[in-house]
Amino acid sequence: MKPSIKTIRACIKDNKEIIMPQEKAYAIPNVPTPTAPVIFNPEICNGCNHCLEICPVDVFIPNPVKRKPPIILHPEECWYCGCCVNDCPLQGAITFNWALQQRGYWKRKDTGERFQV
Amino acid sequence: MTTLHEYMIKEGHAPEWPYPVKYGEEKKIVSDVLVIGGGIAGCHAAVSAAKHGAKVAVIDRGNAKRSGMGGVGVDHWHGACTNPCSKVTPEDYTLATIECTRGYTNGLVRYIIASEGWDTLLDSEKMGMRIRDVDDEFKGAAFRDDETKLMFAYDYKSRHMLKVWGHNHKPSLYKEMKRLGVDTHNRIVATSLLTEKGKQGARVIGATGVNTRTGEFYIFRAKATIIATGSAGRLWQFAPQLTASSSMSDLNNVGMGHVIGWNAGAEFVQMEESGPGGFGLGYAPYSMGNPGNTFFGTPIVDNNGKEIPWFDVFGQEIKTQEDRFVPSPGQPFVLGIGIGVNNYIDKYFLNDIATDIPERILKGELVLPLYADMTLMPEVERRVIYGMMVGNEGKTRIPIYDTMTKAGFNPDKDMLQVPINPLETYRFNNYWIGVPFPAARGMGGGGFLVDWDLRTTLEGLYAAGGSPIFNSGCHGESATTGRYSGRKAAAYARTATDSIADRKQIEGEKARIYAPLKHRGSGIGWMEINAAIARIMQDYCGKYKNETTLKLGLRLFKELRETEGSETYVANPHELGRLIECYSLISLGEMIMHASLVRKASSKYLDFYRLDYPELDPPSWQKFLPMKLKGNKVISRELPFDYHLKPPYASTYQENYKVHCVI
Repeated sequence: MKPSIKTIRACIKDNKEIIMPQEKAYAIPNVPTPTAPVIFNPEICNGCNHCLEICPVDVFIPNPVKRKPPIILHPEECWYCGCCVNDCPLQGAITFNWALQQRGYWKRKDTGERFQV
Repeated sequence: MTTLHEYMIKEGHAPEWPYPVKYGEEKKIVSDVLVIGGGIAGCHAAVSAAKHGAKVAVIDRGNAKRSGMGGVGVDHWHGACTNPCSKVTPEDYTLATIECTRGYTNGLVRYIIASEGWDTLLDSEKMGMRIRDVDDEFKGAAFRDDETKLMFAYDYKSRHMLKVWGHNHKPSLYKEMKRLGVDTHNRIVATSLLTEKGKQGARVIGATGVNTRTGEFYIFRAKATIIATGSAGRLWQFAPQLTASSSMSDLNNVGMGHVIGWNAGAEFVQMEESGPGGFGLGYAPYSMGNPGNTFFGTPIVDNNGKEIPWFDVFGQEIKTQEDRFVPSPGQPFVLGIGIGVNNYIDKYFLNDIATDIPERILKGELVLPLYADMTLMPEVERRVIYGMMVGNEGKTRIPIYDTMTKAGFNPDKDMLQVPINPLETYRFNNYWIGVPFPAARGMGGGGFLVDWDLRTTLEGLYAAGGSPIFNSGCHGESATTGRYSGRKAAAYARTATDSIADRKQIEGEKARIYAPLKHRGSGIGWMEINAAIARIMQDYCGKYKNETTLKLGLRLFKELRETEGSETYVANPHELGRLIECYSLISLGEMIMHASLVRKASSKYLDFYRLDYPELDPPSWQKFLPMKLKGNKVISRELPFDYHLKPPYASTYQENYKVHCVI
């Protein structure tokens, strides 16, 4: 079964919690905006790099470790076409991820409840 | 570990460039026909040339399977006038576009696309793109012909615009290219055209390019070359992190074809019509909740559920949902949006939702936010828009349809929120664009001057597509002009002689493009240069221009080239590609400024305003002003709008098409 966006986000959060206690700090450039136009599920992605070949603007580079998801090198160059998600041979390996400030909203007509992606 | 920062934190260093670096190494490719740009136009050109017996090579900046403005998909097709259900003739269609633009359009291309757009669709159908409701999903619907199973867009009566299932248009073309043995070179940025003896204005005999993964230098030699490149989305604005999602032009679009053609000495027209285009800055992904384009006809309600009325062009309120899709009495047929026509006359304009939404909001009649309420539509309309169309249109299939559906959005009971924009943007029904027509036009106006063979003014050089050919249209027009110029270029190649590339020209080009490698680690990078270019265009080539500001803009570009522009650095071949594109953007900006200086008159129809020549559309300036480079000097001349119906051509569209469409 394909995990939901929530599950994937939770999984990333868990990883960060493992990383957090590190004592070593690095002097590295600011994190670009947006950070991740897509989210890879490392449980499903087999590193076939099809997305990387399809992407018109070379957002990704291959992971130096074989069979691992590509690295998002140029997230700020993404134009959100969704071809990498559409053409991925493995269902659920990549999830489309709107930039935080650009997620769509909708309202349920009978209850007036509002939702966001 | 999928972001760069995760990698760096874990590994303690940046990853090494993953591809072999071969700066300056030469790769030579010889073909009969070379296609520069593997988008919709370029792929159709390649398929068409190959079918006519030519050995074809294609250069693509991304990967031709999915690249280009139409690479993601398409949901409707304009100008299929010869489809069996159409009530519009190619002549009617052509004259309507000329009437709307008051002559500032490409009449011959309009006639070509209206005459064989349908044939191009049939070709696409054979390659695997669905153009009919074969599963009878929409049987009996007003937008469907039950005999042919064709489905119509915008105007269900005149039936010259078709709904299509185009999400796989590019992949199916790519497959056909492979089957025909087209030699495709992906990730190449074209850098120049090769000409006979290296002379400007001489016959074009190929091109040079750089591989943006390896840095390798490519020399393409061909008997005929077709320019099928894109527009230039990062010329006036450069903030992709904010605007990319609502853009119809990715970062690869820099008008490269225009620039290499310009440097080679080809003539251009109507470049002065270029403008910044749209720029959605809010949470406005392309096509999210609006009543236009893909969503044409969708009811919009305010926060209290009050529906905003629709009107016909004569100001009469349209009472039923069904009538939104039918021309009004007095209208022979209507033209769709997005075909490079920026001023419509009432006779051919679509029914529209109220355009005074800003005033209605200010008066308190409507309360923000607005919503696209598809529950108010007949079930079949809802299903075709939020299903078939949103599910096939480029940049809505995954970003909207798939993402919103998976998140729980259900058009049967939910309403999509319309982006909360500055109020003025609600005057034009494509709310995501952020600016109303005609300012939304972008680079749609200017391009190569072409003849009835879609040949440019240079021997051996052809043009195809909505961007390279001046004022010629959209997705379907790109496909059709590609198909046409592909066969014309193949025919020319059969009679043309081989030519040897000029070594001096190649060496000069190599020195130019690899210069940034000398400044590794120092100087400035491509993003800063791009931001500076955009700023110069905003300040000196905005809506209102005069001779002084335009000349200052040209001076600033010259200085940018000579100072910071000559001290740039790149870290890898990808950055080299982006930087080469920035140099192209500078030339493109200069082309637009030169064209703006040449037209010493303002024009409402071109949305072109010279403060020093404020009179709008004086009759003596209603003409094309072709311009070209001679050495470093810009030469211009005058050309009547109907040049394509004057000697050496015949006086009617039909006669010219009949003579030139065959090979």
